[in-house]
Amino acid sequence: MTLIVSLTVFVLASFVGFEVITKVPPTLHTPLMSGSNAISGITLVGAVLVTGAGGSSTLATVLGVIAVVFATINVVGGFLVTDRMLEMFKKHR
Amino acid sequence: MPIELSGLLYLAAAGLFIVGLKRLSSPATARSGNRLASIGMLVAVVVTLLDQGVIEYVWVAAGLVIGGAIGVLLARRVAMTGMPELVAAFNGFGGGASALVAGAAFLLGGTGGAVTALTLGLSVVIGSVTFTGSFVAFGKLSGRVSGGPVHYPGQRYADPVILAGTLGVLAWFMISGDLLEFWILLGLSLLVGVIRVLPIGGGDMPVVIAFLNSLSGVAASMAGFAIESSVLIISGALVGASGLILTNIMVKAMNRTLMDVLIGGFGGDSTGGDGSDTGDRTVRRTSADDLAIVLAYAQSVIVVPGYGLAVAQAQHALRELADLLADRDVDVKYAIHPVAGRMPGHMNVLLAEADVSYDRLYDLEDINSDFAHTDVALVVGANDVVNPSARDDATSPIYGMPILDVDRARTCVVVKRSLSPGFAGIDNPLFYKENTLMFFADAKGAIEDLVREVRTA
Repeated sequence: MTLIVSLTVFVLASFVGFEVITKVPPTLHTPLMSGSNAISGITLVGAVLVTGAGGSSTLATVLGVIAVVFATINVVGGFLVTDRMLEMFKKHR
Repeated sequence: MPIELSGLLYLAAAGLFIVGLKRLSSPATARSGNRLASIGMLVAVVVTLLDQGVIEYVWVAAGLVIGGAIGVLLARRVAMTGMPELVAAFNGFGGGASALVAGAAFLLGGTGGAVTALTLGLSVVIGSVTFTGSFVAFGKLSGRVSGGPVHYPGQRYADPVILAGTLGVLAWFMISGDLLEFWILLGLSLLVGVIRVLPIGGGDMPVVIAFLNSLSGVAASMAGFAIESSVLIISGALVGASGLILTNIMVKAMNRTLMDVLIGGFGGDSTGGDGSDTGDRTVRRTSADDLAIVLAYAQSVIVVPGYGLAVAQAQHALRELADLLADRDVDVKYAIHPVAGRMPGHMNVLLAEADVSYDRLYDLEDINSDFAHTDVALVVGANDVVNPSARDDATSPIYGMPILDVDRARTCVVVKRSLSPGFAGIDNPLFYKENTLMFFADAKGAIEDLVREVRTA
């Protein structure tokens, strides 16, 4: 993938992000933060790739494993806590 | 798995993230949106595990199990008041992971050119700053580090040198692609995160968390550039945009600029003025039994909760009071200032936890015009966000900050321990207005007394 293609994807995704997020009401801003935070844990994909490559560098594997742990905390914890919060948002009466 | 298929599945994952975020536009669909996003994540991770490049599973599995267990534990244990700390910590883990991915990718394959070196370097810089910055923020929010601005001697001169040095080493790394520069870059970036967040006062933390949230996304995007993964680039960009929007909202609500906040030194720091000097102004006090009558015979009440309410854990008692009033056909609404809690939307979560129906919660723009025809505005544990100086006094340091116009209600009741100033450290003329009644008490005790009195009113 060339730099230009990557950059194109980045810029277009940013626009989509701005459009979508602007419509999130202030009442949901905390779940938005924790939920989007879980999405930034997508770096887990990169962490699995570098760790699973089973490369020659022990140090790379060590960094990779720590990255997997960190990113998984981010993903699992982020989605769960967001769900916990959103469950409480109820309408009654 | 053929590369075309995995590419399509990554695209599906990115699509699920976008649809998931879109469903956050209403509390009614938000929970399903979060689930869709988590399914997207599951798809992305499973596809990666099946990637032909992944041949070593033991360490990956170990990392997933350990990280998953810690994540579940943190998510289950946290109290809703502790949400800002938790989000700060999660931001830190995300940023740290992106920096580590870039590091490991570099150790495995070198840079392979200046462009890749730049994206690797940026991923390390942004990820590391997010990592240490978030944990300093975590320390401040959880009270483990002083909430006030912390400076080291000579910081004014040293900081610009360190920042310039970091950029210099980044450029050097782009050209050389050597291991030594990589380590220096990593060390400097970790340092920058610490020294840039320490001087920021506790009052500005909502801005800082939102900004670090954005950075954690950008770091993931940069890692995506480095390892050529479009799902990382897309997801990171979404989060980067989200964090920026929230940062902007917070900065506006606090009447600051991002630059002011990042330069630091406000919030938790007294900026002069004192609330003890009442001069010849008089304060009208009220008591629980009098106030109960006022509330019980009102037609409309708008409650303005501030963080003092959450500190006193009075939100449950408040909901009980609101229910009692609603039973008497009083129209009760809640007005939520954007900085009512300790992070964007925090107060809404705290009230949702206390079982307040979300359609009773109103944002500043939606409710401000209602105060003028409301019988009682009940301010509990809030101060600066209802200070009319921000609207009327051009010499006030908070002039221009959006406030809730509680002083325009027929009667404004302020539940507060004393006349002491709030975070901004300035006097609040609201307390001395003719239509203001002060109820000096701890929020929780006061509301519980009111509940008792309204029952018999």
